[in-house]
Amino acid sequence: MIETYVPLIVMLVVGFGVGFLFMLLSEWLGARRTTDGKQTTYESGMIPRGTARDRFSIKFYMVAMSFIVFDIEVVFMYPWAVQLGTLGMTAFWTMFVFVLILFVGYFYEYKKGGFEWD
Amino acid sequence: MPEIIWTIIEASIKALAVVGGIQLMAALNVYLERKISAFAQNRIGPNRVGPFGTLQPFADVFKLFLKEDIVPKNADKFFHSLAPVLSLSIAIAVWAVIPFSSYVDIGDRRIYMGIAPDINVGLLFILAMTSVGVYGITLAGWSSNNKYSLLGGLRSSAQMISYELSMGLSLIGIVLITGSLSLNDIVNHQLAWDGWRWNIFLQPVGFVIFLITAFAETNRAPFDLPEAEPELVGGFNTEYSGMKFGMFFLAEYANMTTSSVLIVLFYLGGWALPVPAETLGLKDGSIALAAAHFLVFFIKVLMLLFFFIWVRWSIPRFRYDQLMNLGWKILLPISLLNVLLTALGVLYLK
Amino acid sequence: MTLSVVLFAVLSILAIASALVTITSKHPIRSAMGLVFHFFMLAGLYLTLSAQFIAALQVLVYAGAIMVLVIFVIMLLNLGDEEKLKYKVNPRQVIGIFLGAALLVMLGTIYVTNVSVAGFNKEIAANIGTAQFLGNELYTKYIFPVEAIGILLTAAIVGAIVLAKRKLN
Repeated sequence: MIETYVPLIVMLVVGFGVGFLFMLLSEWLGARRTTDGKQTTYESGMIPRGTARDRFSIKFYMVAMSFIVFDIEVVFMYPWAVQLGTLGMTAFWTMFVFVLILFVGYFYEYKKGGFEWD
Repeated sequence: MPEIIWTIIEASIKALAVVGGIQLMAALNVYLERKISAFAQNRIGPNRVGPFGTLQPFADVFKLFLKEDIVPKNADKFFHSLAPVLSLSIAIAVWAVIPFSSYVDIGDRRIYMGIAPDINVGLLFILAMTSVGVYGITLAGWSSNNKYSLLGGLRSSAQMISYELSMGLSLIGIVLITGSLSLNDIVNHQLAWDGWRWNIFLQPVGFVIFLITAFAETNRAPFDLPEAEPELVGGFNTEYSGMKFGMFFLAEYANMTTSSVLIVLFYLGGWALPVPAETLGLKDGSIALAAAHFLVFFIKVLMLLFFFIWVRWSIPRFRYDQLMNLGWKILLPISLLNVLLTALGVLYLK
Repeated sequence: MTLSVVLFAVLSILAIASALVTITSKHPIRSAMGLVFHFFMLAGLYLTLSAQFIAALQVLVYAGAIMVLVIFVIMLLNLGDEEKLKYKVNPRQVIGIFLGAALLVMLGTIYVTNVSVAGFNKEIAANIGTAQFLGNELYTKYIFPVEAIGILLTAAIVGAIVLAKRKLN
């Protein structure tokens, strides 16, 4: 079994090898004439104001949380989808109820304004 | 043990060839994008380097390599360097499971045109790599210590995870029809010469959803909010220069190629020939047939790449709330419904 | 030395190393990225056990979804480097050490006594990890747990909304 995955591991190693190679090449080949001005934060030429380490909206967190929940829902669909032909109607109704239960959560979040951006 | 060494050698050769191919495709994309945008805006576009400016992308890359690599003073140096590596490497690694033609028999060894196109969970591997691709952009935005970069990175990662759901759900329709998660199986299921078994005809809604999410996942216009210049300076890559900037660029074009390829594999019949292979006198497993398959496949991919570029220069950018609304309130319910209806179809029509 | 033994050795060393980075690093983002790397190695370990589907899910769900949330939260809270805490013996750590030791003893016993699971052989093992096999099991024998997970996930959404709602308004 594991033998069929060896090419995949090879590709991962080659991919990351190429990435690191490019990164190192750009650090070695590039010119080096650093001045203080170059190193300041770029804000279209204005003098930088405030800090970047500020807190941001909780909505990003809500998106990530909803994503986890629905991602797990989708994950449960893959084994179901590959076998539905042999499993038949029972499996369909199982998934229908599963989706329905999650749709309650979706509807709740919808009504509470969890998907609103303003 | 010797067999495993052969596998590693074969995979390494293919991997290097694919990496080279991706770079060439990225160069082609850059050239096409510049020429087509020039055409769209009544300009000439690059025409100095090489015939018709075809060598322009290579000149660009060499220039980028020689540019100074500026790291902002307060940046987290480690992650500032790691972020472009993640973006590019993950964009390349997806190709581990993507086939681009049928197979060639050499002696008694069958060589598939793809690095590992037949593994049992190929489709999940693609989705996994797509979801891990978020890190490159998030870390780039965060490590730059620039509030506009941070906002660009966050926006873009929130956008990518939102559209990933609908992407996964639209692919469930294909899995239902094919009954397999391997990409070779998905293509083989569509290989009828008359073309009516292409998934685009069986899954029109899924196709449209996948197309939209593919634009969103690659951060291409009209979903290019991470680099909305008027509000965010340059987005998550504002503080990057030299080839590290180039790597994000390369990753974007590699992802554009990958998306086009995936659309062709999943919905447009892969390398299905317009006529039966027998009428062309091509034998199964011969190099000529594999080449014909690759040619058909490549033409389809080129057409989709043109479509990607065409859309970018025709359609204005979404506003962020419109984008999130589209993802969560419209695409997600539609794709769920599509899955259930497809399941019913599969059960009753079989 | 078979291939899976070699892979197991490499992957488990890297997994332990990245886990150590996660718990020793003072920098929250560095910890989180160590954990992401650890999940990749764990996925590789699942592969050596023929659990292909679980391996893909490990990357898809843990590395791709849950850790994204963790990174968001770290950025949201805007944590700096962890401050050096004055070391105090705390009862939870003592319990933790005991539980860890108990787990180690259990694993050791299994290794020493070489327990064999009834009806387990190589052929079954090769198929056990595919999506097809899981689908057959989940949607025939385990229908109720699947629905229960649906309710659990819905509870998670509702909980998140209730917690965040004070800020949303």
